[in-house]
Amino acid sequence: MEEMIPKKQYAPGEHPEMPPPFKTKGAGLWLQQNLFSSPTNIVLSILAIYFLYKMLPGLLEWSLLDAAFTGSDRNECRAKAGGACWAFISERLPLFTYGFYPAEERWRVDLSFLFLVISAVALLWEKCPLRKPLMVFAVFFPFIAAFLLLGGNGVKLMVVLACTAVVLLLLYRGFSSAFMMVLALVVAVLAKYAFFGGIGVPFTDIHATQLVDLNQFTQLNLKTVSTDLFGGFMLTLIIGVTGIAFSLPLGVLLALGRQSNLPIIKYSCVVFIEFIRGVPLITLLFVASTMLSFFLPPGTTFNLLVRVLIMVTLFASAYMAEVVRGGLQALPKGQTEAADALGLKYGPAMRLIVLPQALKISIPSIVNTFIGLYKDSVLVIVIGLLDPLGIGRASLSSTEWNGLTNEVYLFVALFFFVSCYGMSRYSLYLENKLHTGHKR
Amino acid sequence: MKKTLLAATVALTAMATTAQADTLEDVKARGELNCVVTTGLVGFAAPDADGQWQGFDVDFCRAVAAAVLGDGSKVKFIPSTGKTRFTLLSSGEGDILFRNTTETMSRDADLKLSFLPVNYYDGQGFMVPKALGVSSAKDLDGASICIQTGTTTELNLADYFRTNGISYEPVPIETNEEARPNYLAGRCDVYTTDASGLAATRAAFENPDEHMVLPEIISKEPLAGAVRHGDDLWFDIAKWTVLALIAAEEMGITSENVEEMGAAAGDNPNVNRLLGLEGDFGAMIGLDKQWAMRAIAAGGNYGEIFDKNIGPETALGIERGLNAQWSDGGILYAAPIR
Amino acid sequence: MSATASTAQPSLFAKLWYDKNNRSIVVQILATIVLIWFFGSMVLNAVINLEAQGRGFSFAFLEQPASYDINQHLIPYSSRSSHLQAMWVGIINTLLVAVAGIILSTILGFTLGVLRLSKNWLVNKLAYVYIEYVRNVPVLLHILLIHGIIVHSLPRTKEAWNLLSDTAFISNRGLFMPSPEFLPMFKFVLAAFIGAIVFAWLFRRFARSLQARTGTQLPVFWVSVLAIIGLPVIAFIATGHPINWEYPTLKGFNFQGGAVIRPEFLALWLALSLYTAAFIAENVRAGILAIDHGQTEASMALGLPRNRTLNLVVIPQALRVIVPPLSSQYLNLAKNSSLAIAIGYMDVTATIGGISLNQTGRAMECMILVMAIYLIISLTISGIMNYYNKRIALVER
Repeated sequence: MEEMIPKKQYAPGEHPEMPPPFKTKGAGLWLQQNLFSSPTNIVLSILAIYFLYKMLPGLLEWSLLDAAFTGSDRNECRAKAGGACWAFISERLPLFTYGFYPAEERWRVDLSFLFLVISAVALLWEKCPLRKPLMVFAVFFPFIAAFLLLGGNGVKLMVVLACTAVVLLLLYRGFSSAFMMVLALVVAVLAKYAFFGGIGVPFTDIHATQLVDLNQFTQLNLKTVSTDLFGGFMLTLIIGVTGIAFSLPLGVLLALGRQSNLPIIKYSCVVFIEFIRGVPLITLLFVASTMLSFFLPPGTTFNLLVRVLIMVTLFASAYMAEVVRGGLQALPKGQTEAADALGLKYGPAMRLIVLPQALKISIPSIVNTFIGLYKDSVLVIVIGLLDPLGIGRASLSSTEWNGLTNEVYLFVALFFFVSCYGMSRYSLYLENKLHTGHKR
Repeated sequence: MKKTLLAATVALTAMATTAQADTLEDVKARGELNCVVTTGLVGFAAPDADGQWQGFDVDFCRAVAAAVLGDGSKVKFIPSTGKTRFTLLSSGEGDILFRNTTETMSRDADLKLSFLPVNYYDGQGFMVPKALGVSSAKDLDGASICIQTGTTTELNLADYFRTNGISYEPVPIETNEEARPNYLAGRCDVYTTDASGLAATRAAFENPDEHMVLPEIISKEPLAGAVRHGDDLWFDIAKWTVLALIAAEEMGITSENVEEMGAAAGDNPNVNRLLGLEGDFGAMIGLDKQWAMRAIAAGGNYGEIFDKNIGPETALGIERGLNAQWSDGGILYAAPIR
Repeated sequence: MSATASTAQPSLFAKLWYDKNNRSIVVQILATIVLIWFFGSMVLNAVINLEAQGRGFSFAFLEQPASYDINQHLIPYSSRSSHLQAMWVGIINTLLVAVAGIILSTILGFTLGVLRLSKNWLVNKLAYVYIEYVRNVPVLLHILLIHGIIVHSLPRTKEAWNLLSDTAFISNRGLFMPSPEFLPMFKFVLAAFIGAIVFAWLFRRFARSLQARTGTQLPVFWVSVLAIIGLPVIAFIATGHPINWEYPTLKGFNFQGGAVIRPEFLALWLALSLYTAAFIAENVRAGILAIDHGQTEASMALGLPRNRTLNLVVIPQALRVIVPPLSSQYLNLAKNSSLAIAIGYMDVTATIGGISLNQTGRAMECMILVMAIYLIISLTISGIMNYYNKRIALVER
């Protein structure tokens, strides 16, 4: 910036106050520094402004200014306004949210969602009041939510809750060796098998008839809702949350397996991870929906939603394994060596020393994998599950509303944008918090 | 040790297989009929705003459920795409398939399906905008044609254009809902599918009059339900339920008068046999005497089902045509129940 | 080990479990048994199930005529060709969109990544908004939206936009361009082109050794560009324009002649590229930010101008950070191309894994083929990227 050379000589302190040099403050300077600082920048700015000028007005007019928000069918919308017809979305909003879940039972979905929010807040927000008890609640949340959504016998829920509590207690009490963990898992699985008639079979199919009497005693019986009525954003959340909850532990196990020095364990993990990462999710979903029953003993089928959940979890766990492996590799070897030197066995060494550090390093990537999994849940449409997009398409085939594809796509896009953007902000916040190095 | 393990598995699975072959027992034990339908084709099978399935195919599912379980509402509908429908049936997930499916030899013999009597005689047609000025499919040289993938229409189309020596650009579309916007926006000049589907699609347009269906029907599409090979009893149940609905129309039994007619034996022995007032035909297929009565009561006879879902009074507005009773100039012809 | 002291001998369990080496063997044997049992019973079940349905496991159907038409085929194909041929058509279409997508997404991604670091507020924020929008919406929605926009907003065939006075047209049926027909003399142009590349390579080697010996720098880049463009052009003119162009013309329903890029390909290609570019941009940004300021400052202090600092100091180091995540983005792009079925682009999932599967009912065989094909594609991409990564990796001691 050029110096202003005063023409007249003044005695020290006599000089009258001058206006600030041109563009050291105010909009002019900001514009100059941020938009027009160099020829390239000027060109870029002009291009950007032109782009905005071309895009924004049309978009705004279509989506808001010239849009119809009320009306009972497409023609009514068209008569009102030339732009988007959001009346369609508002009329079908319950369908988009709950799928075909029975209207009088929808409070159960709302309640589950509330529980989900509470659990999520407890897990994610460190200064949350009552965090400890709420985190215990979060551990039980999946079972409570499953009971609420599927309905059926309340006693079964209690049994599962009790089993989980026992497993947790065993872990907490320091029976930490792999052996005890396996034992606890086996107990839990057996308990579940005994009471639910098989892994993955929804709570509704019960074989132990004597429980019915107990049930009358507890007064906990919700109307069962079949999983093929699940749909809409509720389905997205179910797939997303289940995938997130189960893929992380599975991913950690796979990552540890891949790092193991037992060749058979190592290579089976490698093959599994690389296979899953090498094929598109839709082929896996297709296998789950149509071919899985070929690989099961004849006559056994289980719920399509459960199959999809398993596939999505397996898919995400392979990616999670790679993310965790990244964290493990970033850890200096000295950490494991120090653990060895302290005489820690493999289990405690991993649990107390290696994993906490490795997971901390990979948290941002883990959140990104979650976002990916969450977005991928929309692919279940290819096997006929009614996710928001599927609901939208089914609604579009009705005579009153057909042809409003753009509205459906944009609405679903907005939903995903809001939830994924939220998650990525959280990931960024974590990244900044964990970034302890110096910054410039 | 591994050998014994294998042997045990084989034995177990073999036991399970014999159990599976008895579809009737499975359905009864489950208390629900798993019926594979389309993901959504207005008039044939589509969920309404309350999530209730409605349509021509749906009513056949309900009739079978009513015959077997005594209640037409005890059906679980499994939506399927053109791609998944047969695997859903053969994997045992569905008990029966009613999904505007064309009966073909390879599907019968190679995919191991047993086709039920045809419940809708269809044929592949073409729809074009009137503005194109086309009057015959032979004028379509060089046109872009929207087709639903995974259907026989795709194969018929290739054959038809090949035999007539004309060229076209296929535009494959996964579902009927997607075909609509592509066709209307001019991505393709022509939309081809079964004539019934064309009628359904055209009916949902804003201006149906601007479009016409060309006179050529280029294929035979006998649409029929199907069950798996290897369970003859189940096949008989499904087959005779469909035939009972057709026969009921011929005999003038409707959902309204079926109770009354079934209350006491009348003069017509045909009616008496169908409604279980004479002989015990239900027992021959493992059901009780009232099986046909319930099937008819569930959604009406064939004519009622047709009129309610796809007939001239509905948005689809399909005439009976070939699907009229043989006595009315159609080719519907139920084998006698005796 | 002989049994001398029978009482003091540890139990078999203890021997197997408390000895580290023995334990690892035991664990592995157990794992093997579980794996064999798991996969064995799966295969056994599949065999029994297929048997129960009376159908064998066979790939013989691949030789049967496919009986359906495919609009975009780069190798000869008709409805009489076999399912195998249809599969190849699908594979080539998949590869086409994957490679085109990788190229475009890399260009877009690097541009966006740099723009994201721009000091220009408006450009910076626009890039930010773009990246965040694209990253946080499922790719399937992008594909459907872009396809919808192309089909609905572009003009119909009859009103197609005429580009470059009747040489190319854009409509909602795609981009119609002239297609070249190469005359025999064209081989000289080709030869000139290859010759120019060889020359450029030799020239680069010479320039390097010259610089190493004397420190003189030659304008390698400009000479190479001149040679690679100039020589073929000269050959082209000298041999008398040995290319015939076939122009598309509107005949009947469609444009006939010339080459066409269909909206399905265009939508899939653009959607995959735009989506992946947003991720690549973030990787690029992270890569550039990962370079310590000290590096740039040191380079400036040595008197290197800005562009050389960028080319010689920043980019080579940033690439080391960028390439590993880049390869997984490429993998994702290739796999996401399977979403082609949503808009009817005939890739390998739509041909052998879609229509062929449907028409023959051979679900198991077709899905195995499709998965194997994607596995091969993925392994190839990661192989190439690993090779490249090794080449640019920092060589330490």
